[in-house]
Amino acid sequence: MIEIEGITKRYDATTVVDDVSMVIEPRTIAVIVGTSGSGKTTLLRMINRLVEPTAGVIRLDGADNRSLPGYELRRSIGYAIQGHGLFPHRTVAQNIATVPVLLGWDAARIKRRVDELMTLYQLDPQAFGPRYPHELSGGQQQRVGVARALAAEPNVLLMDEPFGALDPIIRNKAQEDLLAIQKRFGTTIILVTHDMEEAVHMGDKIAVMDAGKLVQYAKPAEILAKPASAFVETLVGASEKPFRLLSLGRVRDAVETGTAEGEAIPGDASQRDALAELLWSGRPALPVKGADGKPLGRVTVDGLVKRAASPA
Amino acid sequence: MKEAGVKAWVPSLLRLALVVLLIAFVSNPGWFEPLLKPLTESNAPAIYNQGSLLTLTLLHLRTVLIATVAATTVAVALAILVTRPAGVEFLPLSRSLVNIGQTFPPVAVLALAVPAVGFGEKPTLIALFLYGLLPIFENALTGLTTLPANVVEAARGAGMTGWQRLVKVELPLSAPIILGGIRLSVVISLATATIGSTVAARTLGEVIIAGLLSNNLAFVLQGGLIVAALAVLIYDGLSAIERYTARRMGQETA
Ligand SMILES: Nc1ncnc2c1ncn2[C@@H]1O[C@H](COP(=O)(O)OP(=O)(O)OP(=O)(O)O)[C@@H](O)[C@H]1O
Ligand SMILES: [Mg+2]
Repeated sequence: MIEIEGITKRYDATTVVDDVSMVIEPRTIAVIVGTSGSGKTTLLRMINRLVEPTAGVIRLDGADNRSLPGYELRRSIGYAIQGHGLFPHRTVAQNIATVPVLLGWDAARIKRRVDELMTLYQLDPQAFGPRYPHELSGGQQQRVGVARALAAEPNVLLMDEPFGALDPIIRNKAQEDLLAIQKRFGTTIILVTHDMEEAVHMGDKIAVMDAGKLVQYAKPAEILAKPASAFVETLVGASEKPFRLLSLGRVRDAVETGTAEGEAIPGDASQRDALAELLWSGRPALPVKGADGKPLGRVTVDGLVKRAASPA
Repeated sequence: MKEAGVKAWVPSLLRLALVVLLIAFVSNPGWFEPLLKPLTESNAPAIYNQGSLLTLTLLHLRTVLIATVAATTVAVALAILVTRPAGVEFLPLSRSLVNIGQTFPPVAVLALAVPAVGFGEKPTLIALFLYGLLPIFENALTGLTTLPANVVEAARGAGMTGWQRLVKVELPLSAPIILGGIRLSVVISLATATIGSTVAARTLGEVIIAGLLSNNLAFVLQGGLIVAALAVLIYDGLSAIERYTARRMGQETA
C-alpha cells in the first residue's frame, strides 16, 4: 500500500505538486493522467525519493519512505523513467541486469531473469542481449527500459509513460503483459500516461492532475460518469465517454437470453468491441460464447446502447 | 567502393612509414647522415654525437608520461570533486588555480623550480604537470557536467550510490571527452619538454640546444623532427583510442 499524505513540492516560488493526498491499495494499478507540466513525473519521483518533497509524508506498507537510505529504497522499487534512459555504454542484457547486480544476485539467477524478461518482451536474448541501446529501435529501447524496471521483481513499480513509443499492436501486448505480471506477482503499480484509453483500460483507479493539484481520484467508471470538473471532462474526452464506459465492461456481463445468427463473440471481449462488431455488420444481435465455446446467449445493440448511456 | 577502400588505407600506410622511419632514425642515425650533411658547415658532425638519440627519445617520452599521468590524476580527481554536491563551492577556486598553471610560462616555472628542487628532470616535470592540467581538467569538467540527464537519473532510480554512479556511469560516459583532454595535454607536453634541457633534464631538447649553441642546423632539425614525429604519432594513436571508446559508449562519431 502506498499512502501519499499532503505532499507538496516547490521549486523556489513555483508549486509544482500542491498538497496531494491519495492512497494506492496494494496489488492495484493507479494511473496518473494530466496535461504536460501538471506535476505527474514529480509526484512519481517523490515516491522513490529522486525528488525530496517540500512537505508531506509518503508511506510504503506503513513505513515512511525516508526510513531507508535513498539508494536502498530505490533498489526495492522498479522505476521505468520517462524516455527509457538506458545506459548507452552497456548492452541490453547488462541494462536489464542493473538492479539485480546491485542487489548481488548470483550470475546464473541474473541470466535466467534477463532471458525470461527479454523473451516476455519479444526480444530474442541471443540476438538482442549483446546489442547496445543505440542499435535498437525506439520501441525496443522502451521495452528494455520496462524490463529493467521489472528485473528485481519489485513490489512497487513506478512507470512514467512506459508505452508511449510503441506501435498499437505491441502497446496492446505490453499492456496485457503488464496486467498479467501485476496479477501474478501482486505488484502495486503507479503508471503515468497521456493516453486516456490506456488509463481506463489499465487503471483500477485514475488520478487526474491539473497544475500540481489532484483534481479527482476515482475508479475509471466514476471518472467517466461523474467528472469532478470541466477540466476532467475535457481530459477524458466528452465525445468518447460512452465508448470508454463500454470498454470497461465485458460482454458476459451484458448477455441477454436468446439466440442470434452468425459468428459468436467471446464472453470476455469488451462490450465496446461487441458494439463495434454489431454496428459494422449491421446486425441487431450477436451470439455470445463462453471460454469453453458453449453459447451463453446474445448481446443486442439496444442493450449495449443502454449501458453506454450516462448512469445519472 | 573500391576506391574508398584504397583511400582509407593511405593514412595507415603513411603512419606505418612514419613509425618505421622514426625507429630507424633514432636507432641508426648514421644511415641518414648523407641527408643531413648538406645542412652543416665546415665539416661539423651531421648527427648528434653527445649521446644516443634513442636514449634521449626514451627519456623524453618518460618525462612526458610521468607528467601526464600526474596531471591526469590530479585534474580528473579535481573535476570529480567539484562536480559532487559537496564540492561545488570549490569550482571557481579550482578553475583559477588550473588556469594559473596554464598561463604561467613553463620557462618561468623552470626558473622558479630550480632553486627549490635543483637541476634535472624534477623542475621539468613540475612545469609539464602544471602546464598539462588545464586541458584535462576542462575536458573532464565538460564531460561530467554534460551527461544525458535521464541516463544519470536512471542510474539514481536503479538505486546506485553516488560512488557507483561515478564509476559505472559518469566516468565511462565522459571517458571520450577526458581522453581528448589528455591527448591535447600530451601533445603540448611533448613540445614543451624540450625546454627542460635548459635546466639539464635529459630530453630531445638537448639536441636542439646543442644545435643552436654550435650553429648546427642539422642538430636543430633532427631534434625538432623527432619531437614532431612523436607528437603526430601519439596524437593519432590517442585519437584512435578516443574514437574506439566513444563507439563503446554508444556515442556517434563522425
Ligand atoms: N528540478 C526542477 N526545477 C524547477 N522546476 C522543475 C524541476 N522539475 C520539474 N519542474 C517543473 O515542474 C513542473 C512539473 O514537471 P513534471 O515533470 O512533473 O511534469 P509532468 O506532468 O510529468 O509533464 P509531462 O507530461 O510533460 O512529462 C514543470 O513546469 C517543470 O518545469
Ligand atoms: Mg513527465
